[in-house]
Amino acid sequence: MKMSLINLIKRAAAVLMFAPAVAMAAGAALHLDKAPVSTDPAALQHGAKLFVNYCLNCHGASYVRYNQLQNIGLSEQAIKDNLLFTGEKTGDLMKIAMLPAEGKQWFGAAPPDLSVIARSRASGDGSGADWLYTYLRQFYRDPQRPTGWNNVIFANVGMPHAFWELQGEQRANITENADGTKTIALELVKPGKLSVEEYDKAVADLVSFLVWMGEPVAEKRKTIGTFVLIFLAGLFVLSYALKKNYWKDIH
Amino acid sequence: MTTKSQALLNWVDERFPLTSTWKAHLSEYYAPKNFNFWYFFGSLALLVLVLQIITGIFLVMHYKPDASLNAAGVPVAFASVEYIMREVPGGWLIRYLHSTGASAFFIVVYLHMFRGLIYGSYRKPRELIWIFGTLIFLALMAEAFMGYLLPWGQMSYWGAQVIVNLFSAIPIIGPDLSLVIRGDFVIGDATLNRFFSFHVIAVPLVLIGLVLAHIVALHEVGSNNPDGVEIKKKKDATGKPLDGIPFHPYYTVKDIVGVVVFLFFFSVVVFFMPEGGGYFLEYNNFIPANPMVTPPHIAPVWYFTPFYSILRAVTYPLFGLDAKFWGVVAMGASVVIIAFLPWLDRSPVKSIRYKGPVFKIALVIFVICFFILGYLGVLAPTPGRTLVSQICSVLYFAFFLLMPWYSKLDKVKPVPERVTFK
Amino acid sequence: MSVDERMDSSRRTLLLATSAAGGVAAVATAVPFVASLTPSERAKAAGAAVEADVSKLAPGEMMTVEWRGKPVWILRRTPEMLASLDKTDDVVSDPASDEQQQPEYAKNKHRSIKPEYLVTVGICTHLGCSPTEKFKVGAESGLGADWPGGFLCPCHGSYFDLAGRVYKSMPAPTNLEIPPHQYLSDTSILVGEDGKA
Repeated sequence: MKMSLINLIKRAAAVLMFAPAVAMAAGAALHLDKAPVSTDPAALQHGAKLFVNYCLNCHGASYVRYNQLQNIGLSEQAIKDNLLFTGEKTGDLMKIAMLPAEGKQWFGAAPPDLSVIARSRASGDGSGADWLYTYLRQFYRDPQRPTGWNNVIFANVGMPHAFWELQGEQRANITENADGTKTIALELVKPGKLSVEEYDKAVADLVSFLVWMGEPVAEKRKTIGTFVLIFLAGLFVLSYALKKNYWKDIH
Repeated sequence: MTTKSQALLNWVDERFPLTSTWKAHLSEYYAPKNFNFWYFFGSLALLVLVLQIITGIFLVMHYKPDASLNAAGVPVAFASVEYIMREVPGGWLIRYLHSTGASAFFIVVYLHMFRGLIYGSYRKPRELIWIFGTLIFLALMAEAFMGYLLPWGQMSYWGAQVIVNLFSAIPIIGPDLSLVIRGDFVIGDATLNRFFSFHVIAVPLVLIGLVLAHIVALHEVGSNNPDGVEIKKKKDATGKPLDGIPFHPYYTVKDIVGVVVFLFFFSVVVFFMPEGGGYFLEYNNFIPANPMVTPPHIAPVWYFTPFYSILRAVTYPLFGLDAKFWGVVAMGASVVIIAFLPWLDRSPVKSIRYKGPVFKIALVIFVICFFILGYLGVLAPTPGRTLVSQICSVLYFAFFLLMPWYSKLDKVKPVPERVTFK
Repeated sequence: MSVDERMDSSRRTLLLATSAAGGVAAVATAVPFVASLTPSERAKAAGAAVEADVSKLAPGEMMTVEWRGKPVWILRRTPEMLASLDKTDDVVSDPASDEQQQPEYAKNKHRSIKPEYLVTVGICTHLGCSPTEKFKVGAESGLGADWPGGFLCPCHGSYFDLAGRVYKSMPAPTNLEIPPHQYLSDTSILVGEDGKA
């Protein structure tokens, strides 16, 4: 009840302040799928595991320390046993060995640090989570690309499909529209280790983790904020009564 | 009061004007009793200034103005902001207070300026208050612009790039001037360090000085009010204005209510939407500055966009000088012209309550144009949008430049002898 | 003053209540600012406990590990070295380690968990120099014929015995500090963290 009230206030404020901009900012919009972002520890832990296994070879998360993963419910021992491979300490930053210059040479662009990727990918088209959720599910085979992969919402991306074993291979059926734009429809031609539903769930967990990593303090911030607003509401009642009391003398 | 503390107070008063200052500016400063909602924003602006200074002091303890890359290939300045957000205890809150405070500052200052505009607070004898205010607004823009470079994200970098290049439009000295501002051939470490210095030392000092001058000038002539009536003209036997009440306690307790309400809305943003939908913290600024890649669409922060639109609206060369130069001139003029209001307004009355329909219509058009310009400044230009912004820019200037005529011709209502209250 | 005369009881109550609530708000606001002055996660990570492998440490040898930017000595004492502590009991200023310079579990004669291993911060308690090892006994040490082995601070000449206890009438006021530590195994010591933590 309390949270829904806060959400309502938040929505109302957002609508008042930004509605016209959001409405007009559309245009050549990307169609993004709504990411089912979760704050459930189990989902975040699964996402963390996928992140360390699949992403952390090329992408760093150099603002995040491994031991901060305790905030998503992992014990220090579990971090040591499951997420550290090369003798790092749990207090270390999630850095990678690859230098940005090397990355640029190998992929055409240095793989970006992913610490705040969920915040930077937000746009008028959708949240950063939506973008990531869509991006990670829309790789397709493209023999003209050096990596053999292309992506619907990030054309000619330098990154290969890191999850192809899990998702399988998709083929793009490209149709040209009357106005010259192209519509790309994806078709799963070779199934991966996971079913479509399982893969979507895995990507959702990974995206949830990336969202968490973008601002680990987000949940705490909202909790504190709720108390602050309740307190200020009380203070308003007091200060308003005080003002009334003084001003009753003014005629 | 006990005799001992009275004795201490006397001791101080013989050496420092403590009691007399308290009386002159608070307990015996007589403010009109008919202040309304619009009169909260002056004290709120002061509150936000204090908030920005305090949060700024603590941010400087952890922030590093360094454009070089760290071991992970991220600029040190950018990484130090994330360090504050993640690793400094309480750092995230201090940073959000500061980043939200920047936008809040402009919101309350715009509302404060609008109050002055509708009630004629710039009219004689308050011209100097208004000029100090315009200078505060200018200093605030400089402060915000240079502060925005510090996170060293993509928008920081390219925003600074564009604005600094404006100076190169000035004939003859322009190119050298922008070089001197940057201290390098591109926005770089030298620029970051000097902007940091200006942002944390030079401009705040100027701001504080101007704010003091603004308040001292105000308390010298006394506050205006929604009726535009001079309360000093009607005094009682003891010499107190009949319609004046001591600022303290009446307006202190009233302003506290305003502060609490303001803090409520401020906290909603800080705790629940610190990015402000991408307007208070722009999404692209979560990408470290990259001199090789311009983001597909760069827009200044929302509080600059009306003036930025005016800059872009000028597309014609004139007198052998290119459009870029005239755009800069138009943008500068659109801010500076505000300072001339006291001499442009020839209406016999101050307050909008007694002004006629012409002024009211002109004001409505002006406000609509200001919002449209602000809105267009966020968007990428198209021929249609440029045309709209050109019309709005012309109307923006017409509001000021035609004021001597329409304010004189307008039909006005009789102004009452005393303020209206309740 | 006229305002005071008119001050009614409800106004007094409201003033007190608003001031109290405002005071609470001010204190609560100060919390993040004061917190920001305390060590950050980076500082804590740099100051985290360090593991020392003592399997290769021969009796009579000492190794140094860095913890929070300070040298921590791990000395594997021989039986003779341990015996020397009986002799120095009379010449050190705090033989029973009554000063709080060690965790409770190291408040004993040999000032360590296991008698064999001394773990101590190698910083003189006088003005922060790092003492040098003087393990050789007798005249060979240069510190007199009856020197039983210990440490000498080069800055102001404080003597410490092989349990880090300071001699009487020395510039250093207290014994060397014993950091919190624990045994992860027989040959691995974790410096910087108590066993109970």
